[in-house]
Amino acid sequence: MIYRETGQFKTTYASDQQLFPILQDRVIVVAFLLFAFVGVPYLASDYLFRAIITPFLILSLAALGLNILVGYCGQLSLGTGGFMAVGAYAAYNLAVRFPQLNLIVVFILAGLCATLVGALFGIPSLRIKGFYLAVTTLAAQFFLDWLFARVGWFTNYSSSGSVAAPPLAIFGWEIQGPVRKYLFVLSIVCVFALLAKNLVRGAIGRSWMATRDMDVAAEVIGIRPLHAKLTAFAVSSFYVGLAGALWAFIYLGAWEPLAFDVNRSFELLFMVIIGGLGSILGSFLGAAFIVILPIALNQLPAALGVPLSTATVSEVELMVFGALIVFFLIAEPRGLARLWAVGKEKLRLWPFPH
Amino acid sequence: MATRRGVLTGAFFALLALAAVAPMLTGVAKFPQWLEIVLGGLMSGVLYSLVALGLVLIFKASGVFNFAQGAMVLFAALCLVRLMERMPFVVALALVLAIMVALAWLVERLVLRPLVNQEGIVLFMATLGVAYFLDGFGQLAMGSDVYTLDVGMPKEPKILFESTFEGGILVSTEDVIAALIAAVLVAALAFFFQKTATGRALRAVADDHQAAQSIGIPLNRIWVIVWSVAGLVALVAGVVWGSKLGVQFSLQQVALKALPVVILGGFTSIPGAIVGGLIIGLGEKLSEVYVGPFFGGGIENWFAYVLALVFLLFRPEGLFGERHIDRV
Repeated sequence: MIYRETGQFKTTYASDQQLFPILQDRVIVVAFLLFAFVGVPYLASDYLFRAIITPFLILSLAALGLNILVGYCGQLSLGTGGFMAVGAYAAYNLAVRFPQLNLIVVFILAGLCATLVGALFGIPSLRIKGFYLAVTTLAAQFFLDWLFARVGWFTNYSSSGSVAAPPLAIFGWEIQGPVRKYLFVLSIVCVFALLAKNLVRGAIGRSWMATRDMDVAAEVIGIRPLHAKLTAFAVSSFYVGLAGALWAFIYLGAWEPLAFDVNRSFELLFMVIIGGLGSILGSFLGAAFIVILPIALNQLPAALGVPLSTATVSEVELMVFGALIVFFLIAEPRGLARLWAVGKEKLRLWPFPH
Repeated sequence: MATRRGVLTGAFFALLALAAVAPMLTGVAKFPQWLEIVLGGLMSGVLYSLVALGLVLIFKASGVFNFAQGAMVLFAALCLVRLMERMPFVVALALVLAIMVALAWLVERLVLRPLVNQEGIVLFMATLGVAYFLDGFGQLAMGSDVYTLDVGMPKEPKILFESTFEGGILVSTEDVIAALIAAVLVAALAFFFQKTATGRALRAVADDHQAAQSIGIPLNRIWVIVWSVAGLVALVAGVVWGSKLGVQFSLQQVALKALPVVILGGFTSIPGAIVGGLIIGLGEKLSEVYVGPFFGGGIENWFAYVLALVFLLFRPEGLFGERHIDRV
């Protein structure tokens, strides 16, 4: 009844092309953003910020980047963790070697470093396709892991191999405490999600999708595969690298290469697939699912009053996690975003059947 | 075009061979030492092939990139170790085989059948889910300690050609037995695929799912069979690896090395899995010994992947993979 677009006519090109063509959607989005910026800082506890909300936001950004590559351009990548590491270590080196640089500049430059590395490892995608490509991106993952662990220059010759982020501040505004960190991350994520949403519906996004659907056909209609694939790798790596820098600086504080190992790559791929391939919203839903699930599984035995040892809990967690992944893939192979779309469609018609 | 590709591939191998013998020619290494490293590399290559074989089998028959193969190796080895504490080896082996068949049946019923006709990436993610489940289940049911698997393989290395070279060549007997087992397994698989009715059905399914189904080959049963065979291969790999490295969680990480092997050999080729394994094993060992020190060591972790990547640039479908022709 409420969610219906009847009577909303598009009379200008601008209104035809706007991001959220339905008034109700715009209201919901604005209300949601207001709530996220104003409401959440008052409502959520420190634990909630630290354990769930901030990691969720940062990983959403990384998942968004991966979704651009896998979901929109159809290039399967298992090297995401490595590209996150590039962002993190680039940000660290920039911050340590050029202390006068503004933090925002550091993050952007870190993202650009990841862009370069990503485009470099994207070159094989011009010849190698499908699962072959997926395995070759593992080369990026393991090579970068090794690089940051073994080459001392990247960690500023730290003896333990672990590095710590310098104190964070922009224009004298110190990013300390969970609420400020949350607001900082939220702003960045909002800006880049908007950017991604616009990228994927523009010419470049359409060329990605054409490449995904069938690259030979795309080439025939005049899309340059070199351009489409490498831009997808570049943009995707920028997002992933930025997320890596945020993950290291804001969430971890101090880290070692192990924080960005191959398991992180798989985790991000899970987010993208559970959330929905080729959907911006799906990246957020998938990230929320994968961040919250292990925590929920961890709390569940205690909440039910079943005493289990830590080792058992982690094993049961693995089992349930694996089973749930399979279950979700069977229930909705096109991801949570698809469920959301179906729900919206139902809501439009409600309470009438047609 | 084809000849140019052939020349390129040939050039790649010539370069590879040259790189392999370079340390000896330049006098960095003595021949016996070099031969030892080569043999060691080939042996570890055989081990990678064992896992790659399982991957290829499943990919051929069902088009599923089975990431759970490594988890299956670990699971089979864990089952065997724990069962051997209570019963003789042969009984335990038979029992584990039964478990692997049951697992294949369960996977077909609970994972593959509901996901039939889905995209490859969804199936791949599902096998990742299976891998997580198996890891958790295996450790929950059978403990997460490091176990030593002793199936009576001789441990002490042998010294060969003592009369020909000074000091002779050190060869691990265990590795030789592992290589023999792998050879027998491959021969048995080749026989099974070429000569039996089931094998022919499997090849038909690999060729074309729909055509196979339309002439009355039961797809579901074929999948159970092929996953069972992959389970058997995993068991063999688990026995060989487990007795060499000990049964522990890190076996999984080593199993990841089977991935560059399959892409180098070609996803759909059993000989490819073997040859790919040998190339990867050899390249890895030689590079670790002769190139690694210049980079601070530890390049074993990524060298195999980079080697496969460079090779794929010349032949995108791997060494023996089916050439893919794109049509609009």
